[in-house]
Amino acid sequence: MKICITSQGATLDALAEERFGRAPFFIIVETDTGSFDAIENQFAGGSGGVGPKAAQLIMAHKVTALVSGMVGGNAREVLLAAGIQLYTYRAGGTVRDALDQFNKKTLEHVA
Amino acid sequence: MKIAVASGKGGTGKTMVAANLAFTLSQTCQVTLVDCDVEEPNLHLFFPAPATAKDVTVPVPVIDEKICDRCGKCGEFCQYGALTVLRDRVLFFPELCHSCGGCTLVCPKNAIHEEPKRVGIVTYAKPLPRLDLVSGYLDTGNPFAVPVIRAAKTATAGDSLVILDASPGTSCPVVETLDGCDACILVTESTPFGLHDLQLAVDVTARLGIPAGIVINRSDGKDQATLDFCMNHDLEVMMTIPFDRGIATIQSRGDLLCRVRTEWLKAFSALYGKCCALTGAE
Repeated sequence: MKICITSQGATLDALAEERFGRAPFFIIVETDTGSFDAIENQFAGGSGGVGPKAAQLIMAHKVTALVSGMVGGNAREVLLAAGIQLYTYRAGGTVRDALDQFNKKTLEHVA
Repeated sequence: MKIAVASGKGGTGKTMVAANLAFTLSQTCQVTLVDCDVEEPNLHLFFPAPATAKDVTVPVPVIDEKICDRCGKCGEFCQYGALTVLRDRVLFFPELCHSCGGCTLVCPKNAIHEEPKRVGIVTYAKPLPRLDLVSGYLDTGNPFAVPVIRAAKTATAGDSLVILDASPGTSCPVVETLDGCDACILVTESTPFGLHDLQLAVDVTARLGIPAGIVINRSDGKDQATLDFCMNHDLEVMMTIPFDRGIATIQSRGDLLCRVRTEWLKAFSALYGKCCALTGAE
């Protein structure tokens, strides 16, 4: 399945980003193969409404789950309505670590 | 003549200056006082009077789900993230909407129309025979002050002598208040904070091309940094109000300096004359 992990950089070794809407990158990982795409978040520096815009962006990549530190109210409403599962990763490690923990099912399932 | 009272820093005495200036002018002519600090209007405390109110509304989109085919064009267009198009419905976040109307234009099915949403009120009162008070009140929880300020200003557009009390800061609500004014009084205090924010406020008036003059309030006599700044920027210090417990007492019981200490009427008259001089008028 495809999942999205919020990231500060474009690789699996970049630090995971705790913010959702203002995350610099979205790492879209195919968990079956481990292959990934890095998508730059064009809304990261926007003045407002970045949560729903970012949610729309990752919806377009047809992900099943999102791994991030915290998701704001508006973005959460969009993601839940789109049926995307939300997981919390706040250990401060890399995207790879977040992915490992997701695969081991040790992340908190928020909704 | 439209004169805005602004400051940059909050709590310097904008409302005190606006209220006393309007009170002074109302002794001899008709004047309209507009409270543009719509997030926390307070001029009515100095001029209690029965008021009538009118709603201020902004247009927001309403989507006809029967016509909408979820093509996604409105969501792509909306720069504010207010519309998100899902497979089976469209989510609308009213608090993110800037009422630009773009979604209604880009919808290929004409499935979107606009309906008014209340964001605040404007009240009208006549506390003195020659003083009209118009106050904008932004509804709690609403993030956009500008439409309420615009409504209050529009209501007074035809009045010949208008004093507008701005909100603190230098952002959109202040720019909206200043827009179209003939002169601006910038109220400051002789603190590092007051001077720092005065500099920002002076930049705003300069960019808007509105002539500005300075009032130093709560002066403890140590105003040299402010005076130097004014000298260097060719700004006139039009009035200095001393740091005085008696003045503070009058103000905090909701009274007016010029009503209690009538010698100040002359000073505020002179302030108006200096504002007129700023604009080049007599």
